Amino acid sequence: MPYRSDIAYVYDGSFDGLLCCVYESYYQKELPLLIFSPDETQETIFPVKEISTNHAFAERVEQSICVSISHEAMRLVRLCYFSSEKGKEIVALNFLRLGFKLGARVTNMLSNDAVSKMISLTRFVSREGMYYKEFIRFSDYNGALVAIIEPKSFVLPLIVQHFCDRYPSEQFLIYDESHKHAIIYQNFKPTIVPLEDLELPEACETEVKYRELWKRFYNTIAIESRINPKLRMNNMPKRYWKHLTEFQD
Amino acid sequence: MSSMDVIDKLTILCDAAKYDVACTSSGVDRSGKPGSLGNAAACGICHSFSADGRCIALLKVLLSNVCAYDCSYCVNRKSNDIQRATFEPHELAELMIQFYRRNYIEGLFLSSAVIRNPDYTCEQMIEVLSLIRNTYKFRGYIHVKAIPGADHRLLTALGLLADRMSINLELPSHDSLKLLAPDKSRDDILKPMGMIKTGIHENRTDLVKYKNTPQFVPAGQSTQMIVGATPETDYQIINLSAALYKKYELKRVFYSAYIPVLEDSNLPAVNSKPQLLREHRLYQADWLLRFYKFDATELLDEQNQNFNLLIDPKCNWALNHYDFFPVEINTASYEVLLRVPGLGVTGVNKIIRARRTGSLDFPDLKKMNIVLKRAQYFITCRGKSMLGIRNDPEAVLRGLLSKQSWELAGSPMEQFSLFDNTLSIEKGELYKCLTGQI
Ligand code: SF4
Repeated sequence: MPYRSDIAYVYDGSFDGLLCCVYESYYQKELPLLIFSPDETQETIFPVKEISTNHAFAERVEQSICVSISHEAMRLVRLCYFSSEKGKEIVALNFLRLGFKLGARVTNMLSNDAVSKMISLTRFVSREGMYYKEFIRFSDYNGALVAIIEPKSFVLPLIVQHFCDRYPSEQFLIYDESHKHAIIYQNFKPTIVPLEDLELPEACETEVKYRELWKRFYNTIAIESRINPKLRMNNMPKRYWKHLTEFQD
Repeated sequence: MSSMDVIDKLTILCDAAKYDVACTSSGVDRSGKPGSLGNAAACGICHSFSADGRCIALLKVLLSNVCAYDCSYCVNRKSNDIQRATFEPHELAELMIQFYRRNYIEGLFLSSAVIRNPDYTCEQMIEVLSLIRNTYKFRGYIHVKAIPGADHRLLTALGLLADRMSINLELPSHDSLKLLAPDKSRDDILKPMGMIKTGIHENRTDLVKYKNTPQFVPAGQSTQMIVGATPETDYQIINLSAALYKKYELKRVFYSAYIPVLEDSNLPAVNSKPQLLREHRLYQADWLLRFYKFDATELLDEQNQNFNLLIDPKCNWALNHYDFFPVEINTASYEVLLRVPGLGVTGVNKIIRARRTGSLDFPDLKKMNIVLKRAQYFITCRGKSMLGIRNDPEAVLRGLLSKQSWELAGSPMEQFSLFDNTLSIEKGELYKCLTGQI
């Protein structure tokens, strides 16, 4: 029976919800042209089907991805979900359909369209996750460390482990301004919570002193006869500069 | 002197340390631990990039620039009239920890001028590191410079607190060292290098035997030499590096283009430009030795003692071994693919993975984000070259060079090996990150 494709899915935007879209597509033999969440406004001439999130279905899909394809495929789907790219759901669906057909080797088929889309999309996400281990600065407020970031992808789950490991005995908060979420690490336990807004007090004298010391170090360490703005920009894209201490005046 | 502000000390002692190239935090994996501070990741983490485009991973400073020695290539030499400063051990430890907490840095890179004598300097450094490790319970990365001439036991104590230890070779030959660094002997440098190597070996056996043995420089040792201050050729330098990798099991050799800071009849004039492109070529060649299974003798020989500044050493080798090519993407072995100009380790791995699932053609390579700009002249897919690629070395060279360099070179192939080292350089080359895939 041919797959029906003149249809769009709307889901609740959760990871389980996304897996339920995969489930629906399978059992109803549908190939939606569009999958979106309510906070995206989408114009479509096709009928929109609402997919409700069912934890048990989601779990079954996850199980079968791990068993019939691979854990690596599951990892990619998770990364894909953290992307802010429009149409990421379709990328994941197409990748999984191929995966269910071909099994584990799908992740090696780098020249296949569905796979290469998935690979480049997830590479962007994981690279951003890596960047936010590097280009993130904390300030000390009364002994607690606070950092603000503005990532494109939802990177908090990708960096939480790293910072818990780095600062086991500290208390810290990392606020993702673009997704309005924060990691809060307190009493040796991290949680990721929604956070509408973050108001910070003035930095204390000691904090200001360390910022000045860091700026001085940053400006002194460059060698004048090797100044190379383009290389710096390649290595540290400008959109990360906004919250970096060394670029604040 | 202790009345001087920390910020002034930092300025002086960072300025004095900045010509040191090694700034990686890589080579050791250590997870955090409740009650302590910090961890270390083997892949290394950069925290910022300075205006010269170089990675900032570590707080790179000298403990002191008050030097008892008089090496002529060095700003800190005794006879030079500059501002001097010395950190109190607790000042430096506190500064480093506070930087680390704010995620400015991954750890410390500590070096020092010779305060009074090598042993005293070494003791001061030990004090800084034990504060950081024992008082602040820091588990992150520390790279320390061994002081040539210091007592064996002190160097061992220092190594037990650090992740990496390095000793600068300074200059690529014995004669140059004698001329420019009269207070240091080659022996002072090579002896501790040997000692570190032995230390690492013994420590490894101890670690197997006793679970709680402290680790001795777990990330290994590295060294650095200045190029362009003295007359050694690239051939001499690369052979020296190859020997160092072998004999002392170094993790890295760093090259630093000499930046004239002082007037000295034995050194290039103060207004001469640092040989940045040459330094870049040495790094590329170094990568070929370490990751691409090239032998130093394949890259240069008695007749050709210096790298071609117009093209990278891998392209140079490929043009000189044109019979080796083209290689077939679908069947060539890993080692053979690695010899293709423009294909890096990542690219080769991707090709090997992808071709297991089906044979590859040029559009496939493009989809896999493999850059073909240089590789296209040296490969075939299913037996065919890429459309429009002419198969003779002159056409290839023309394709590889920018128009500007081609005209400068005067185009005929015979001149190829006679390129003048002073030719101006392709701008793009300079921008490429030193650790890029080649
Ligand atoms: S011993 Fe080190 S700091 Fe002192 S002059 Fe020589 S190179 Fe410079």
